[in-house]
Amino acid sequence: MLNLIWLLLLTAGLGAAAASGRWAAVTEAALHAGRSGVELGLGLVGVMAVWLGLGRLMEASGLLHRLVRLVRPLTRRIFPDVPAHDPAHGAIALNLLANLFGLGNAATPFGVQAMRRLAELDGWSGEATPAMCTLLALNTAAVTLVPTGVVAIRTAAGSENPGEIIGPTVAATLLAQAVALAVDRFLRWQAAGRRRRR
Amino acid sequence: MIRALQAVSALVVPALLLLIPWYAYLKRVPVYEEFVRGAARAFGVGVRIIPYLVAMLVAVAVLRASGALDYLSSAVAPLTRSLGLPPDLLPLALVRPLSGSGALALLAEATRVHGPDSYAGRLAAVMVGCTETTFYVLSVYFGAAGVKRLRYAVTLGIIADVAGLLAAVTVCRLTFGNN
Repeated sequence: MLNLIWLLLLTAGLGAAAASGRWAAVTEAALHAGRSGVELGLGLVGVMAVWLGLGRLMEASGLLHRLVRLVRPLTRRIFPDVPAHDPAHGAIALNLLANLFGLGNAATPFGVQAMRRLAELDGWSGEATPAMCTLLALNTAAVTLVPTGVVAIRTAAGSENPGEIIGPTVAATLLAQAVALAVDRFLRWQAAGRRRRR
Repeated sequence: MIRALQAVSALVVPALLLLIPWYAYLKRVPVYEEFVRGAARAFGVGVRIIPYLVAMLVAVAVLRASGALDYLSSAVAPLTRSLGLPPDLLPLALVRPLSGSGALALLAEATRVHGPDSYAGRLAAVMVGCTETTFYVLSVYFGAAGVKRLRYAVTLGIIADVAGLLAAVTVCRLTFGNN
């Protein structure tokens, strides 16, 4: 699936390059992207190290456990197939909270940690399990209280009221999140049905 | 209210950096050693993600630099205009799921061209705030988990993005009015 998508993205791009004749720009962009991928990944290591360090302190001090107990009724409902006392719930809770406060770079390490735990629960089968897809849905349409980067750009552009988009953003993300979860449930149900029939 | 929210968001990280280590210290956790232990976990995961990131970013870069996204924008322009999405914001809608930094760059551009307090400027801001870089999440999260068969994940991610886009347009229409 991902093989096909990747091939499609590349082919569409190179097809357009044939039409526009921008071969030099495409060559330059492709090679530059490789480098920025490495830079992004290494940058991520640094940021992740800070958050995973703090996460480890929360774990060792029992703070995480308390937090998880608070959020567990919610994550248990959203992730019915993850055992109730599994550490995945902790990582998912931290991932959700980081998204809520607009800390995108903190959300990633906890999201990754949660994904890896979910993969472990599935025996590293290499398949996206329903729980993993649900976590994806939570992240691609995450409820955001404070869109920090956006407010910064508006402030820089001299907006009279840079924060006025916060209310609409919260409303729109809530709406999008609800739709994403509903669609996730539908696709999950559909995939389960297809499996049973096989 | 908004100023309070912004003030709170500026203080979130410093507060966490103070409170979590102190709480742990009071619970008799060797704070320095445990922090280092946690931080060490980042390397394996981060380095493993790099090849997935490179693969995805190369495809996205080719798509953008070749003008393929511009062709696509002009192709679907009639459809989006009827939704209340200004054609100028179409590239932003298309780039958003692919690249976070690309989307922020396009947002800065749209804010400059249309003015931050115009309908298009506000809508662009809400659009960026309420959708995610799905393909980044897909490659980083699933890459780290060693997922190779995605099943319905891509469909789900794209539907979630479209839902975010439609939600942004709808809410902006209601609150700021289309003018």
